[in-house]
Amino acid sequence: MDRYDSIIVGAGHNGLVCAAYLARNGQRVLVLEAAPAPGGLAADREFHPGFHTSIAHSIGHFSSKVAGDLNLAAHGFTTAKRRLPVLGLRLNGEHLVVDGDSLAGVGADDAAAYKNHRARMGRFATTLSPFWLKTMPRISGGSLADWTTFGRIGFNLRRMGREDFREFLRVASLPARDLMDEQFSDAVLKAVLSWDGLIGSKLAPRSPNGAVPAMLYRMAEAARGGHSIPSGGVPGLIQSLQRAAESLGAEIRCAAEVRRILVGGSSAGLAVKGVQLANGEQIEAARVVSAVDPKRTFLDLVGVRYLDIGFTNRIRRLRCDGTVGKLHLALSGLPEFSGLPQPNGRMILAPDMDAIEFAFDDAKHGELPVHPVMEILMPSLADASLAPPGQHVLSAQVLYVPYRLKGGWNDAAGERMRERAIDAIAQYAPRIREQIIHGEFLTPEDVALGCRVTGGHWHHVEFALDQMLMMRPTYEAAQYQTPIPGLYLCGAGCHPGGDLTGAPGHNAAQEILR
Amino acid sequence: MSTPDPYAGERLKLSPFHPRQQALNIRDAWTSWNGYKFAEHYYEAEYEYFCVRNLCATYDISPMQKYQIQGPDAQTLLNRMVTRDVAKVGLNRVAYCVWCTDAGRVIDDGTIFRLAADRFLLTCGSPCTAWLERSAYGFAEVEVKDLSDALAALSLQGPTACAVLKKLGLDGIDAVKPFDIRHFSLHGTALMVSRTGFTGDLGYELWIEPDRALELWDALYAAGAHYGIHPYGETATNMARLEAGFIMPGMEFNEALKTVHFEHDQTPFELNLGWLVDFNKPHFSGRRALLEEKRRGPKYTLTKLDVEGNRPAEGGSRIYGNKRCTKAVGYVTSAMWSPAAKANIALAMIRTEHRQGALWAEIYYEKELRQYSRVAKCTPLRKPFWAPPRARATPPPDY
Ligand SMILES: Cc1cc2nc3c(=O)[nH]c(=O)nc-3n(C[C@H](O)[C@H](O)[C@H](O)COP(=O)(O)OP(=O)(O)OC[C@H]3O[C@@H](n4cnc5c(N)ncnc54)[C@H](O)[C@@H]3O)c2cc1C
Repeated sequence: MDRYDSIIVGAGHNGLVCAAYLARNGQRVLVLEAAPAPGGLAADREFHPGFHTSIAHSIGHFSSKVAGDLNLAAHGFTTAKRRLPVLGLRLNGEHLVVDGDSLAGVGADDAAAYKNHRARMGRFATTLSPFWLKTMPRISGGSLADWTTFGRIGFNLRRMGREDFREFLRVASLPARDLMDEQFSDAVLKAVLSWDGLIGSKLAPRSPNGAVPAMLYRMAEAARGGHSIPSGGVPGLIQSLQRAAESLGAEIRCAAEVRRILVGGSSAGLAVKGVQLANGEQIEAARVVSAVDPKRTFLDLVGVRYLDIGFTNRIRRLRCDGTVGKLHLALSGLPEFSGLPQPNGRMILAPDMDAIEFAFDDAKHGELPVHPVMEILMPSLADASLAPPGQHVLSAQVLYVPYRLKGGWNDAAGERMRERAIDAIAQYAPRIREQIIHGEFLTPEDVALGCRVTGGHWHHVEFALDQMLMMRPTYEAAQYQTPIPGLYLCGAGCHPGGDLTGAPGHNAAQEILR
Repeated sequence: MSTPDPYAGERLKLSPFHPRQQALNIRDAWTSWNGYKFAEHYYEAEYEYFCVRNLCATYDISPMQKYQIQGPDAQTLLNRMVTRDVAKVGLNRVAYCVWCTDAGRVIDDGTIFRLAADRFLLTCGSPCTAWLERSAYGFAEVEVKDLSDALAALSLQGPTACAVLKKLGLDGIDAVKPFDIRHFSLHGTALMVSRTGFTGDLGYELWIEPDRALELWDALYAAGAHYGIHPYGETATNMARLEAGFIMPGMEFNEALKTVHFEHDQTPFELNLGWLVDFNKPHFSGRRALLEEKRRGPKYTLTKLDVEGNRPAEGGSRIYGNKRCTKAVGYVTSAMWSPAAKANIALAMIRTEHRQGALWAEIYYEKELRQYSRVAKCTPLRKPFWAPPRARATPPPDY
């Protein structure tokens, strides 16, 4: 009996979530992961002996429904009481602190404006939040369910009240820059509040359309965008998902790279048969659910010969160039940021929105950013086991680092980028260099190769209007089903998108179990 | 020193056969096709048509688009692109094909020549470079090469065509079956001959490198002198193809990549080309959509009509389901008085559900600047308008 009900390709968090739901419903499930351990972009990474981190370093809006359904708390996952404030660092040491509804370190006008901003964004986020966990309607399917979802979106928006509804339509596509400029005057505050609208996307403060949807997406859960680090760091989430999936009966095999998704053909058309591993082994299943990004899934694992030409072209044209690099430092002690008693938050190093914009400008032309901007975390403060006693791990998301560097990436370019990032940190923590035991810089290309994600893209597929909702990743594959019977998608390239949410995995499972 | 031509890039290109065709185009009646200067007619379209039907005549198909698709993945690429099963096309055989969008709407029709297990020639009326590039994406082992300007081609059609080629010295030409390809040598140059054409009659297409085009022309016209060989232009071609029931882009169908409005293009089923769609193939581009179309039935069906009277129901005439012309059920795409069929014929797109009922065409015509209209009864035909046995016979009748 070697036929599975479902094979899940990729044990990133979405693959694990999907596997757990399917197993919970009695399916015989096998998860195949190429890497030696599960987790994907959230996997544990020992980048220097004894020093651990993960590429995704904090959790913002992991679905509470998923956590509840899969009883993740029983498997050791919690984010409660571990919330991180956001720290806007200033060169003069007079930092600002955003912690949920509270804001310190800015003038009275900005503080008042923040209250309004926060409340309004909260109302918008509440309105949209049900839809992140729903299958989007087909653009031209015209089924009752499709129309109902469409109708419900419209109804919910309208129910916000006339004033909010009009404002929502006005600001939904605003550049972050405009949204900030019309409300605030403090330069660092504007940069900090823009951050979650920009990070992960090929988007700068002056770019239209994408920032507000990203902010609202990230405010979907009760924490309203507040991040946390679970015990064990982000890989702690993966551990609990793995336990949950296994306890429900799912089998997880690591170091099992899928080379091809096998498609059978007869006069009845195409149908998925199973997978073939890199070692040649073939495993049969009634369906294959791919958590691998859509480009790799269709172009590499399935192969264009089984796809329509127009569909192939849309997959090929998906925008998947990553923009975020990762700096990991093994430190001999806790770094001292001038004016900061404890570096225990998401520290944003961006003096103003122009700094973000200029870093973007460099990268969009294929250059290294001259002055990178970044978000820094100290995972070892959240969980001391992530570094040897007394020592620490610094993890930074560095913007904007082009996936396609002019002339291509090489060691020298990677080192230059690492040094520039450290220089930027040293402006705020002048003695940091003395504490560095080891440092690594992961370019988007490193992420692409190391984690098997096209472009090393944060969301697998750029989170942008043309690739969102019922267009994600593209029509005819936006409801987790694909044009090939028996083949499904469940990764970040599906609605609603990337980040550690579990939502795509959840939604795909609902669709499969319908 | 002469001044450079400011319109150089805009001028029409000249076919390799142009010098000879120019000399014969005594009406200077030129149009263009794919950027080439192209004869609408040479002397008089009907005269040329009668040459095609009663003697033989040449038509310059050099401006046609020709692509070589070569490599281990060539067959797979084509089989995914077109609706027919290319695997079934034998070596040195030609197959008429259509290819469709994902939605099953016809992009273009054309012919595929299998020249080797892994080498094909695809010919079509409009440039297909972009679609081929999309079709080839993802195939590692295939090369698509545009041979449009690198291959001269001349169509020789009509009852005496085989006799002329025999006279030209093409030994064994009479054994060449419809849709066969045979390779010859003409004065040491490779000459490829396919028994194909766009007239529904006995005919061949001759393929040669452009530098030797005039040599081929001269030899062919010398051989054909006593067989009535003439050139014919676009208008005569259009007459012959209509009698044969062949479809024409811009008339029977709109190339799907060029339409703006929803369903202003056609499916193979609407064009009565369901026989080209091979659902035994597990996959081809548009298969899912076409399966659904087949299940549902096409909205329109291209229908051959025998129209009462002798006034052609010129393209665009509406077709009605009643004599009072209040119930529109379709429109004429091409029409003519057919000398060969001795009938007033038309191709029309008719709403499928109305094909069985009575059909009436409202025909507008002019007589010495006065405008008239009449309503003519139409009879749908199942059989071709005209299909002479010689078109299929091997060997063809000798002259
Ligand atoms: C630099 C960076 C920093 C980030 N930081 C954060 C953050 O702090 N917080 C946050 O919420 N999000 C963050 N993200 C985004 C987040 O990590 C991703 O959106 C999310 O992890 C995607 O999860 P997934 O399960 O869909 O895919 P992945 O985690 O990419 O998992 C896909 C899995 O498929 C496997 N795979 C691929 N090909 C094959 C194959 N052929 N056979 C078998 N297995 C295969 C891969 O090895 C991988 O394990 C970050 C992303 C990046 C790039």
